[in-house]
Amino acid sequence: MELLGAIITLMGSFVLLVASIGLIRMPDVYNRLQVGTKATTLGTILSLIGLVFLMPGWWGKLILLIFFVMMTNPVSSHVLARASYFIKIPFTDRTVVDKLKVSTKAQKVEYEEK
Amino acid sequence: MKNFFITFLILMIVWILLNNTFQPDILIVGAVIALFLSMFLCKRCELFTDMNFTPKGIIYTIIFLGVFMVDLIKSNLDVTRRVLNPALPIKPGIVEVKTKLKSKFARMLLANSITLTPGTLTVDVKDDSFFIHWIDVKDEDVKVASKEIVEKFEKYLEVIYG
Repeated sequence: MELLGAIITLMGSFVLLVASIGLIRMPDVYNRLQVGTKATTLGTILSLIGLVFLMPGWWGKLILLIFFVMMTNPVSSHVLARASYFIKIPFTDRTVVDKLKVSTKAQKVEYEEK
Repeated sequence: MKNFFITFLILMIVWILLNNTFQPDILIVGAVIALFLSMFLCKRCELFTDMNFTPKGIIYTIIFLGVFMVDLIKSNLDVTRRVLNPALPIKPGIVEVKTKLKSKFARMLLANSITLTPGTLTVDVKDDSFFIHWIDVKDEDVKVASKEIVEKFEKYLEVIYG
């Protein structure tokens, strides 16, 4: 049981390691967010699942944590991506298409409604 | 009424999981607090109005969770492959996809799922189009991209949130 938990936690930390390497290697904000969101979500989930095996008494709280991480991690990265798009952080040269720029719907400023 | 009831149920489940016990006194305290909170917080909320609580809806929720977990793992393998490859095989871009979903909650779930699946990140949502940063653009066309990214989740969410 303890071995299984340790192995799962180790897998989680490997995923987190890949995420940190990705943060260094990726060329711009958006790609970094891609790597950051996915890998940190699975890394955190795996670490917490491993912890469930190590500390069976905590399972309720850990499952709650997993649920909150799964619900909030994508939201935060979406907000970061949106904010960095609207303050015009440049894309990398390898970007092939930007549909948001040509869409007239998106150019309307929506903050005036309030 | 439905919203109120579901909020109460969620708060109660969170309370039980946090306490990790079924002692009656703790349950009673939790029930009273959950009742008050759901009364005050959920007078006007309409988060769960569109949700279908039929057996079919519940089965599809479970299938959706399964598909979602499989995709999460796939997306991580994908990210790992891209990051560790010396050539850094990316071809990023922002594409537009359309969704047929009407319910706000379903759209939130869809955007979240898109963010956590292989190579896609929701950047903006305008009416019924999602703008998605795709790490490896296969096709710029709205229809093809929608089919590639959205459809696998949409067919479940459509059933769950009518």
